[in-house]
Amino acid sequence: MFSQFDFEVIRDSLPYLWQGMQFSLGLTLLAMAGGIVLGTVLALMRLSSLRILSWPAGAYVNLVRSIPLILVIFWFYFLIPIAIKHLSGNPYASGIGPFYSALIAFTMFEAAYYCEIIRAGIQSVPRGQVHAAYALGLNYRQATTLVILPQAFRNMLPVLLTTSIILFQDTSLVYVVGLTDFMGAASKVARRDGRLVELYLFAALIYFILCFTASYFVRRLQQRITPPR
Amino acid sequence: MDFGFLFEPAFSGGGTYLDWVISGIQWTLYLSVIGWIIAFVLGSILGVLRTVPLAILRVPATIYVEVFRNIPLLVQMFIWYFVVPEIVPKAAGDWLKTQMPMPEFWNAALCLGTYTASRVAEQVRAGIQSIPRGQVDASLAIGLTLPQTYRHLLLPMSYRIIIPPLTTEFLTIFKNSSVALTIGVLELTAQARQISEYTFQTFEIFTIATVVYALITLTVTFAMRWVEGRARVPGYIGTTGK
Amino acid sequence: MLRIGSLFAAIAAASLLAAPLHAQELTGTLKKIKDTGVVKIGHRDASIPFSYLDDKQRPIGYGVDICMKIVDRIKAELKMPKLRVEFVPVTSQTRIPVLTGGNIDMECGSTTNSVERQKQVDFAPTYFVTGTKIIVKKGSGIKGYDDLKGKNVVFTQGTTNERAIKAYNDEKKLGINFIPSKDHAESFLSVETGRAVAFPMDDILLYGLKASARNPDDYEVIGEFLSDDPYAIMMRRDDPAFKKVVDSAVTALYKSGEINKIYTKWFQSKIPPKGINLNFPMSEGLKEAIKNPNNTGVGPCGKMKC
Repeated sequence: MFSQFDFEVIRDSLPYLWQGMQFSLGLTLLAMAGGIVLGTVLALMRLSSLRILSWPAGAYVNLVRSIPLILVIFWFYFLIPIAIKHLSGNPYASGIGPFYSALIAFTMFEAAYYCEIIRAGIQSVPRGQVHAAYALGLNYRQATTLVILPQAFRNMLPVLLTTSIILFQDTSLVYVVGLTDFMGAASKVARRDGRLVELYLFAALIYFILCFTASYFVRRLQQRITPPR
Repeated sequence: MDFGFLFEPAFSGGGTYLDWVISGIQWTLYLSVIGWIIAFVLGSILGVLRTVPLAILRVPATIYVEVFRNIPLLVQMFIWYFVVPEIVPKAAGDWLKTQMPMPEFWNAALCLGTYTASRVAEQVRAGIQSIPRGQVDASLAIGLTLPQTYRHLLLPMSYRIIIPPLTTEFLTIFKNSSVALTIGVLELTAQARQISEYTFQTFEIFTIATVVYALITLTVTFAMRWVEGRARVPGYIGTTGK
Repeated sequence: MLRIGSLFAAIAAASLLAAPLHAQELTGTLKKIKDTGVVKIGHRDASIPFSYLDDKQRPIGYGVDICMKIVDRIKAELKMPKLRVEFVPVTSQTRIPVLTGGNIDMECGSTTNSVERQKQVDFAPTYFVTGTKIIVKKGSGIKGYDDLKGKNVVFTQGTTNERAIKAYNDEKKLGINFIPSKDHAESFLSVETGRAVAFPMDDILLYGLKASARNPDDYEVIGEFLSDDPYAIMMRRDDPAFKKVVDSAVTALYKSGEINKIYTKWFQSKIPPKGINLNFPMSEGLKEAIKNPNNTGVGPCGKMKC
């Protein structure tokens, strides 16, 4: 079969595949940024002593973490527009577009996972640091943003980045709603030209190179920032 | 919300839409359990291999883990289903495509299993490496061979330590089983989608699917917490999984 | 008094006739287009020759051309010559929710106007008439639907053809083993690679897929029509102002005969990406639909009762 391997089909579709890759990378980076911000908020809520904050955050995180990403994508892709219409009372409200639907779905989904990492990161900061911060006269906001979070993020950076590599892999699932990310572009060319073998193996290779390289650098980083024992 | 549509006769197949939901749950569970058996057995072997002092065994296991971990599950699903039958000898390819019973299901189970195996392997390796070097030395010093050390010391200890991360991996395979819908397995998410198409009760049916996934996750979590308590290594309390 | 009253009425009537869009506030989709300066069109990946991607991956086709005529009409109505067009890919499964959710304003593909779908969306006048047949490999021994007994059959999820073949399967108790797939190209590929023996689809799309296959002569389209499928452009329901613009644009193409030129371009000439010619003369059904524009839908189970 490899004797019939057609490299031209890959070469000819490179610009289109690159467009798809930009979609994937853009979605990954934005969802990562949004997910970490929202995840931090959720983590602080979960760690709060106020049940009115900790309970809803905990319920949200546990619910999202127990359902498949594809189901979450369907939920947001099909139902957010309907929700917007009901909330705005305008039956012709403009949808937010496929990219933003996917972005919201991934942000909301990943936030639950980032939350748990960040929570562990915050808990890994020795209790004494908090007491010291308060003893210095810092208030809750100052202690959190100046003392706890910087140390927590430093500890959990490798795990956050590893999760983001998985997020990059997971963006391929927008395929289920027909969007043109890298995998979507590859499969559209594959099916139109009947070249599944070439395109899918090529996609696998590209994902492998990107993710393997990224994981390698994360490992290096981890070794560098691990405090000497 | 109105769930009455569940009891209406479905468009085809004779049953009701509730039957479609139940069939979806069954396929999700079959996929998860069979995928998990593959992942556990293969992942355990790979995890052990990654810790042995023989490079000829360790390197292939490392390559396997890196390859399967760094390619998205969806791409792997497509490679098993669309690419493999085309690049194996023609007779084997034809068998895979037409004669093999339930090709979509078995492809999906194999894909989920081999993918998750790379993650299980990492957990098993971490478990083995978390056991203090001194215990291994002691075991070798009292005359046990290396295989015996694995059999009587490293494996029993590490499996008990890694119950929580393995539970997480099982729940991951359970959720990942929805990716099988891309090659046509009508598991729970696919059935929810299909029912929403036939009945237009999108909100209701997605709610049902979400609740079912959450309930199963909850059940597994509580069951494993019980198992974890029973299997706890005395003197190791509080160090689980770290 | 009487004279003044009738004068008012005459003025009111005249102003309504002269500038219907100025007389009343814009509503619905038209207002949305006016506000955003963008009209969003849903297109398909592989509905050849209605709505598919060319070698530069741009959406083209018979349906896309007609939609662009509608866009011209919208530009004129709204006096917005610089109106932007945005294309959004949809699949058989996503087209209705994406439309009702507001992410596209009209869908220009190969959508059958069915009474079921009319509960969710509205349709422009029929622009093509086709029906379900099956494509098989030559020499497969499949001569008709009843030969599918116990065989693997692939279908595209969310299509009327799915329903037609399932209804037939139930009625004749054929015990077909169904393989669901996401779009037409993938379904056809299942036949090409031998995973399924047949693919039920609208016959025109089957001819399109056959013509663009690597070896077109390996396949044949067979069977009696299992369903009637009138195609139409889909838009949101309960939006009479927008529907009027769309309908009048389509009807104008029919009246002026311009539709024949568009038809010839896609069905009787070489089309991208491979320069094939479908050689598909206009059917009597379509001629009738052009003579008497209508948007009558079809039932859910093809020609079977259900």
